[in-house]
Amino acid sequence: MANVYFDHNSTTALKPTVLEAMLPYMTKQHGNPTSQHSYGRSAREAIEQARQQVAKATGAQANQVVFTASGTEANNFAVTGIASNLNQTQILTSSIEHPCVSNPAKAMQHRGWQSNSIKVDANGSLDLMAFQKQLEAPTDLVSVMMANNETGAIQNIVRIVELASRKKAFIHTDAVQALGKINVNFTEMNVHAMTISSHKIGGPLGAGALVLNKRVDIQPLLLGGGQEKGLRSGTENIAAIVGFGAACELAKQELSNFASHTLMLRQYLEVGLHRTDAIIFGQKSNRLPNTSFFAFKNIDGETLVTALDKLGFAVASGSACSSASSEPSHVLLAMGVNPDLARGAIRVSFNADNTKQQVADFLKALKQALQDLRQMTAVAA
Amino acid sequence: MERMPIYLDYSATTPVDPRVAEKMIPYLTESYGNPASRSHPYGWTAEKAVEDARKEVAKLVNADPREIVWTSGATESDNLAIKGAANFYSGKGKHIITVATEHKAVIDPVRELERQGFTATFIEPNDDGLVDIETFKAAIQPDTVLASVMLVNNEIGVVQDIEAIGNVCRENGIIFHVDAAQATGKVTIDLGKLPVDLMSFSAHKTYGPKGVGALYVRRKPRIRIEAQMHGGGHERGMRSGTLAPHQIVGMGEAFRIARLEMAEENARIQTLHDRLLNGLQKIEETYVNGDLTHRVPHNLNISFNYVEGESLIMAIKGIAVSSGSACTSASLEPSYVLRALGRTDELAHSSIRFSIGRFTTEADVDYTIKLLAEKIGKLRELSPLWEMFQDGIDISKVEWAAH
Repeated sequence: MANVYFDHNSTTALKPTVLEAMLPYMTKQHGNPTSQHSYGRSAREAIEQARQQVAKATGAQANQVVFTASGTEANNFAVTGIASNLNQTQILTSSIEHPCVSNPAKAMQHRGWQSNSIKVDANGSLDLMAFQKQLEAPTDLVSVMMANNETGAIQNIVRIVELASRKKAFIHTDAVQALGKINVNFTEMNVHAMTISSHKIGGPLGAGALVLNKRVDIQPLLLGGGQEKGLRSGTENIAAIVGFGAACELAKQELSNFASHTLMLRQYLEVGLHRTDAIIFGQKSNRLPNTSFFAFKNIDGETLVTALDKLGFAVASGSACSSASSEPSHVLLAMGVNPDLARGAIRVSFNADNTKQQVADFLKALKQALQDLRQMTAVAA
Repeated sequence: MERMPIYLDYSATTPVDPRVAEKMIPYLTESYGNPASRSHPYGWTAEKAVEDARKEVAKLVNADPREIVWTSGATESDNLAIKGAANFYSGKGKHIITVATEHKAVIDPVRELERQGFTATFIEPNDDGLVDIETFKAAIQPDTVLASVMLVNNEIGVVQDIEAIGNVCRENGIIFHVDAAQATGKVTIDLGKLPVDLMSFSAHKTYGPKGVGALYVRRKPRIRIEAQMHGGGHERGMRSGTLAPHQIVGMGEAFRIARLEMAEENARIQTLHDRLLNGLQKIEETYVNGDLTHRVPHNLNISFNYVEGESLIMAIKGIAVSSGSACTSASLEPSYVLRALGRTDELAHSSIRFSIGRFTTEADVDYTIKLLAEKIGKLRELSPLWEMFQDGIDISKVEWAAH
């Protein structure tokens, strides 16, 4: 069993103080927030406090935060919900979006929309020239992620908003990977909607949010009891929401430490990688400090990940959601990486608890694993 | 902290059973993998836990684990079933049948489908809350594609004859969805026998955590639904989104406990129910809402005539109950469920839903009876309407002078 966890872009361990905040709501404080009695009232207060915490960590106002069950739900809600109340024109999403943005966008094609993707360059940054050209056609919705889950590439949202705003398009950004790793400010970015998720920042699975400008007329995804001011029906998952709030507060406090520490680890890792024949993806782009995505020629990523696992290191061979399939990463293909090389990609993503020693051990283990795998290939040949 | 009132609102939500919470904690601490991570044991452990829980949920309702799709709760299950099936089979027909007393999580998606070009019939139940099978048959149209009828009603606790309605649906080629959020652990559900195609479940009404539910999707004959949430292709493409293992584990454990203990528990709750009913019926002018035989013992919904609903709620702060279902109690509208039963606005307003459960004691029931008798007595002493009633005046025939 692996004992060093380098897969924090996939999911993170719950922080102990977050768990502590949640526990009362998993046991004694069991009210339904809609109920009128004191059980309901205390549940309601807990949710509103969490809403404040989330708003503070994202540069938003509390009344702009709509809780959902996950980042996936928030992304679906944003794309489907905003498009449903507009005239059918063009939806533009980047070619490196998470499938929970690109798939709902594609699904809107059945409802009369044109769904097109925006190219990225070899470093994984949005091709702004191409984007500007695509915006010449009537466009009402643009969704570009703030930071990519695989390469960590950070997009120039300010410029993207500038271009899209000229066309009066609504702009959504998936900030799931950005939160807690770089500064996220909803108001300053001036987007209409932004997705965030709890379990990527030391909070529990089961909570996410769409931060939403109130001028946006959005169609709810879930209808029923009218919770979240009618925007998201369903009994609130109080424990998870309370945990999400606590995790947001911590993430804000710990941001600068997280950024400097993980950046130091990554530099150390990548110096080591340069001594091998590793190819690092998106290295020339502005990246999340904790993420490194790389491959070795003629080495299969899945095999390497399994070998590393046996040596005690948990890393990813692509994004967790698509690691069920053996297709090469769509992000790398969009960057023009050769499919064979893309199949060899592995992702290391740190958090603030990882140490330099762990990285040093990892580099040794990696060298070992590469040697073994290449020997095996040589024998087979 | 103020002393918490006695909890008699188990139909709004149940406390998490301590045994369930205990099972969940490890998945919040050491076993925190993403079940979709295939490349390391953190992911495998999480995936195994998710599959074990799926078996437990399936076992309670005698289904195949492959027929269980995880969701974030019964609201999502209802939305997914109704919009998902209606959209997938819209080529077959565009008429939907449901009941006026369904939960909003069924009614609102049906209303939304109406805006998208479907038509719908909202059947009125009998005054006892039960759906008449002949009324249901009469609602069927040549292009009826989907029907949705809940197993146990959240406000009045009546149990519908799902088998009979399901058989009619089968004969007419109608997809049949059942909202069973209030039913698990209270009535036996055998999907091996019941002619049901889609069924919604919730964890937090059965001593599991909030934020998780499931949708049963029949495999034989295979029922298809259009996904409402797109993304990583989780849950065989029917519902994308990273699964939350701790919550799923909690639901599995809650349903396992329900399966093992429901017979004994329901007998105990029946006794408490009878005790509460007997005690409250000693108060004059009380009306039980919903049939008393086809009903789960966990629910008792009573209208107290000649008291004003809001004052009553304020007067009985020592117990936590609902006046109408939790999901609509924020509004001052009288319960649409009680109105569908033909209750007047006054009686609907002065109704209380008592819902009892695993941790309710005989002492809780006795306290409740005493509290209600005392407070209702006081409120009626102040009520001119009660005085008139006592004097034998038929208030419905009184002509009120305009001021």
